Amino acid sequence: MNQISHQRINSDLLRPLFQTSWRFYLLVGLFGSVVLIALVAWLSQAYFGFGITGIRWPIYWGFYVTNFVFWIGISHAGTLISAILRLVDAGWRRPVTRCAEVITVFALMIGALFPIIHLGRPWLAFWLFPYPSERLIWPNFRSPLVWDFFAINTYLTGSVLFLFLPMIPDFAVVRDKATGLRKRIYGVLALGWRGTPKQWHRLESAMSIMAVAIVPVAVSVHTIVSFDFSMAPVPMWQTTIFGPYFVAGAIFSGIAGLLIAMALLRRFLHLQEYLLPIHFQNLGKLLLVMALLWGYFVFNERLVTYYGNEPSEMAVFWRTQRESFAPLYWTMVIGNFVLPVVLMGIKYFRTITGCVIASIGVIVGMWLERFLIIVPSLGHKYLPYTFATYRPQPVEIIIAIATFAAMTLLYVLFAKFVPIISIWELKTGGPSERMGPTRQHSSVGPVLLDRPRD
Amino acid sequence: MKAIYGLYGDGQSAQQAVNRLRAVGVTDREIVVISAQPMEEFEFGHMDSKTRIWWIACLGGLIGMATAFGLAWLTEMSWPINVGGLPVFAWWPNLIIIFELTMLGAILATVITLVVTAGLGRRSGVYDPAVSDGKILVGVENPTESRVRDLESALSAITGAQVKAI
Repeated sequence: MNQISHQRINSDLLRPLFQTSWRFYLLVGLFGSVVLIALVAWLSQAYFGFGITGIRWPIYWGFYVTNFVFWIGISHAGTLISAILRLVDAGWRRPVTRCAEVITVFALMIGALFPIIHLGRPWLAFWLFPYPSERLIWPNFRSPLVWDFFAINTYLTGSVLFLFLPMIPDFAVVRDKATGLRKRIYGVLALGWRGTPKQWHRLESAMSIMAVAIVPVAVSVHTIVSFDFSMAPVPMWQTTIFGPYFVAGAIFSGIAGLLIAMALLRRFLHLQEYLLPIHFQNLGKLLLVMALLWGYFVFNERLVTYYGNEPSEMAVFWRTQRESFAPLYWTMVIGNFVLPVVLMGIKYFRTITGCVIASIGVIVGMWLERFLIIVPSLGHKYLPYTFATYRPQPVEIIIAIATFAAMTLLYVLFAKFVPIISIWELKTGGPSERMGPTRQHSSVGPVLLDRPRD
Repeated sequence: MKAIYGLYGDGQSAQQAVNRLRAVGVTDREIVVISAQPMEEFEFGHMDSKTRIWWIACLGGLIGMATAFGLAWLTEMSWPINVGGLPVFAWWPNLIIIFELTMLGAILATVITLVVTAGLGRRSGVYDPAVSDGKILVGVENPTESRVRDLESALSAITGAQVKAI
């Protein structure tokens, strides 16, 4: 790459950091207000108690645990996808990885809030930490909730570091371009980075190790989240398929979240020359694979239950297939299977718009899937005295909506202060690698890069 | 700190500068190369690349594993709880804790090793902000007075070089 290309990359990717438009303040004000409203709702719940929610015996896990599982699932977008693409050295990953890794960190933060939001006395959340109370009682290490504590914290720590390490050279670029207080702040964040061969080698070795370590951790996190369900004697929960089913669903929703984020970034930060249609097409193919895998898991889960014909399980089965939860169930099937398979399976529809429509369907479908795993089973356990219905109350609905606002707010703030595409990785790859595998062998690849794309 | 260095527009020129510095008797240890991205396609990009970071990560993993085992053992033996007829120290559930802390140990050891061995957070040596615009810096820090002229001519012998002394 020549010097002009370097300067162009710098100016394009640093523009959002140095120029602030009214849109930024509008978005921060809008989404910040929603988050504040949710904060008030949560405080009112802490003050008045759980009576103002729809959560009551026997359905103790309603919207809150649905949101917990959903956001932990979305968190699989980044670190896992980024780590896998890094390990297989997929050159086209370069503009995509940071967009994805950021989703992981923020989604995990939001997801990890829900066990606390779900507590009647949230100020006692520290009881879950592995240390003895004043009566020398330790948390029960055989509880899946304690496994969650270890798994989510390991994944969050790993993901934050996995995101931060490759940002160090980019902070150095910002330091070099900035002035005044901004220069000092980014100078501190750059940790004295210079870019010697030794530093590059150590960084790349560290990233390789992190990628190797983070993949099994990511898989373990959602498997352990699935254990929250499959370890409990509740109809349609105690199944060995839940581990891989949850992991597949998490990656599925993660890719969908990533596609939506990329499309928004591309449009609002004018990154048309960096987030190319080929990136959407490649991720769209991954979305298709995951949609098929999701369909396969659902078919397995349903068929085995149907053949087992256990009365309490069949009651839940029919509630979702053709009774009260059927509209939600079939919406889920359309969102998670029909829409992505049609839109991503037919090349003509595998455009940026097609990817976004399919991804919105998947996000809606995956949220419904988490809800349909939790509520119908808890509302219809083995004996009639445990039968009940669940109606979410305004406080739960507000908090659920606010999670999406919080995610957008955090993402907007991040894109304002950190280059959302890794500058040094982009420079490393050169034009041909940015084009992705399809263009890589094309003799006109680098020429095409200089033209604006849709 | 004193330094003499040249700024080069591409890896080829930087490699030539490194070779010329070697030719006038500068050792690899004394040569400073700074670039805005890894330059693995050039020989100078592999200077000082030996690292034990993988082994240290494994060691960190082992420490994490031992910590998890100790924590699980200590807690369960300190307060034995009968859960569904499982043994007080049950391997299957404890393997989850052990796995997570093993990975956490490996990750933390990797990051600590990176920070220490890459000299992050310490006072740095010669640097030029032009590196961020794609220039490659090749130079020598604290050269002796007698060598300055040789180094200057070696660095400026390459076409397009911008040689600076600080």
